[in-house]
Order: sequence, then C-alpha cells, then structure tokens
Amino acid sequence: MIRLIEDCDPSAFEMLKLLYPHSGNAFIIGITGSPGVGKSTLIDALILEFRKLDIKVAVIAVDPTSPISGGAILGDRLHMQRHATDENVFIRSMASRGHTGGLSRATKDAAVVLDAMGYEIIIIETVGAGQGEFDIATLAHSTGIVNIPGTGDGIQAVKAGILETGDVFIVNKSDKPDTDELVHHLIMMINMRKSSKTDWTAKVLKTIARDGTGVKELAETFLSHFVFMKKNGLIDRKRKELEHLYFHSLLKDLTLEKLLLFMKGSKDCKKIEEKIQSREIDPLSAAELMVNNICVFKGND
Amino acid sequence: MKTKNKIRVLIAKPGLDGHDKGAKIVALALRDAGMEVIYSGLHQTLDQITQTAIQETVDVIGLSIMSGAHLPISEKLINMMKEQGLDDVNLTVGGVIPHQDIPKLKEMGVAEVFPGGTSFEDIITGINNLFE
Repeated sequence: MIRLIEDCDPSAFEMLKLLYPHSGNAFIIGITGSPGVGKSTLIDALILEFRKLDIKVAVIAVDPTSPISGGAILGDRLHMQRHATDENVFIRSMASRGHTGGLSRATKDAAVVLDAMGYEIIIIETVGAGQGEFDIATLAHSTGIVNIPGTGDGIQAVKAGILETGDVFIVNKSDKPDTDELVHHLIMMINMRKSSKTDWTAKVLKTIARDGTGVKELAETFLSHFVFMKKNGLIDRKRKELEHLYFHSLLKDLTLEKLLLFMKGSKDCKKIEEKIQSREIDPLSAAELMVNNICVFKGND
Repeated sequence: MKTKNKIRVLIAKPGLDGHDKGAKIVALALRDAGMEVIYSGLHQTLDQITQTAIQETVDVIGLSIMSGAHLPISEKLINMMKEQGLDDVNLTVGGVIPHQDIPKLKEMGVAEVFPGGTSFEDIITGINNLFE
C-alpha cells in the first residue's frame, strides 16, 4: 500500500480515501537534525522505551534521493534492525524522491496508512537536515531536534529556521565536550521565544543514544507533551492545522498535475514557449498570460 | 503524476559474516543505477531479512554471503519467503559462490547469482532484466 502511494499509483488515492476516516488517533513524533547526529540510533532506543510501555510503534525514515541518478541508499533502518521481528513495530524507509524540506511527498499519506493500521505512535525521521528543512513541523504533533556538542557558537541557536520549530531539543552524544555549553545556548534560545501561558515550554534533554542514557526521560517527555496538548485542547488545534496544510498541499499537487497535463496538449502553450525562446516575450508575462488563459482560474474572480 | 517505477532492493548480510564492504559497494552501484537500496546491516537472521522485505516492500533481495553457507541459507530463506507470501520478490545471491553451485541455487528458485568478480554492469543489467 505504501509502495503504491510512493509510486503515485491511482488506486492508492482511492484506498487512502477509504482509510482516512480510520486515522487521526496516532501521536506523530518528528525527529530531525543534521546528518550523523544520531537520529536513527536515538529512534532505535526510543522504540525500546515505547515498547516497554506496550505501545505500538511505527517509524517512517526518510533518506535523500540522489539528484544525479534518482537512486537512494536507505540506511536509517539498519540502526533499528533489532526491532525487525517485533510484530508491534513497523519500520519503513522512504527516499525523498526529489521533494525538498526533509520529507518525501508520500510521507504524510504513509502516516495516514500507519495511523489507520492502529500504530499508536508514529515516529518520522527526516533527511539529515540543515537549517531550512522544517517541513516536519507541518506533519508531526511533537518535533524533536537532535543536536550534538561542538557544532557552533551561540548565534547558531538563535537563527531563524528549524530551531524555531522544536518542541523537544535533544543534545545527543552528551559524553562529548562542550555539552553543557550547547544546553545553555538552547535554553537561552527557548527562553527568548515569544510564548503565552498555554504554550508548551520546549525542553532540553541530554542523551547518549548508543547506550540509551537519557532516552527513558526523552520518551517520557514526548508522552508528557502529548498529555499536555490533550489537556489544553492543543492537539485538536494542531490536528486541524495539519489537516489544513495537508489539504492545501494536495490542492497544489492536483492543480499542478492538471495544469501540466493541460499544457502538454495545448497549442497556445507551445506558441508561448516558442516566443519565450525567441525572446519575443519575457517568461514572467508569459506565465501570467498562461494562467489567465485557463478558464478554471477565472471563475472566482 | 505517475513517476517512473523505482526498483527497491534490500541488500542483506545474513548470519556470522562480518565483511560488508562488497555489499556496500554494490549498494552504491545500484543507487547510481537509479534504484532505492535498503541496507540491512550485519548479522541478520533470516527472519529479520524476511520481515524487512515485507515492511519495505522491496522487489529484490540481494543476499551477500562470504561464509560458504550460501546453499542452506538460500534454501531456508526461499522457504520462509514462500511462507510469508513474498512470491513477487526476487532473491539474488552474491559473494563467494563457487561456479558449480550456481545451477543448484537457480534450481532452488534464486533468480540471479552474482559471484565475486561480476561487473557492476552485469549486476545492474541482471536485476533490470528481472522486470522486463
């Protein structure tokens, strides 16, 4: 099923429609951070903690697709293989397939499937992310950002972007030097955020994923964030917000698909393309002209 | 927006065999040929490999075996794949495989055998041909 979604098979769209009403129960945790900070190893340890509490866990791990060959090496899973034969753990690797932002186009749909299958917690691991890949915040109820000591000064912590979206900050490999300095910078950054009484104050935790140090506390923190959101009605608000984003991204995809299909068969479009090539018209006016020419968009003016 | 179907391959290292440089290099070559490659890591049980193939909906399992136990391992895995209904998954085997064992493996149901020394080109063509 997830395979059909990834391959954009039309039957997947129909099946998703049927599954959708059964989704909406899972708690979705996003784990993001730079390459090599230990996201997969940390998730492996988190699965163990959640399993101790008898929670069914699914993981979607996204790795980048090669921009050159279109292929991919999906290597997150190998850090979690000890859970491969646990029937209450489902791990699925996905390639980003040209999608930027740290996720693949199919990630949201796959999460709907796993949610409907009854997995209580879905952990989504993004592509090793830089500063701008914060798509995960449009999908997860709780976002954990993994950092390691020794990767930058205080100003890194206050930049715009990914760090603004974190609910839980994890300082992994915390047996390395400069850990406390990083914890300090992160706390400072969190304290400077605009917040109100109903807001969750982001937590900073130290872990060593390799031996599991601090991971129990991390699992508890995620669960307490969930309880906090439930109590304040934030989870409903968050779900509504995420549904809105899902709808809009679908709208964008479907419209683009229709548009491209239309343009393929359109003589006008070919003419305009030729005019752009011969510099008779600039690409900006051409794009404007094309869009205005398509009647669907005129209806609501 | 129908994208070209991608071939998904699981490269797996079964049992007590700690040499995975070859497996990783083959994984890289397949990536460069446009395939999506999942690498299992070392010391996998056949149960782990079967479950991974299910959860990852792969088209091909590429077993890398250097231990000399390719015959019993392949036979057992094929049986497990059958039990789990993985009929549409192709099993390929690579590594240290004596040439006289190739017909035995194929008889068991192994789709392709790529013994040490097979060129990347031949591996890639061999896998692509499974889907023509």
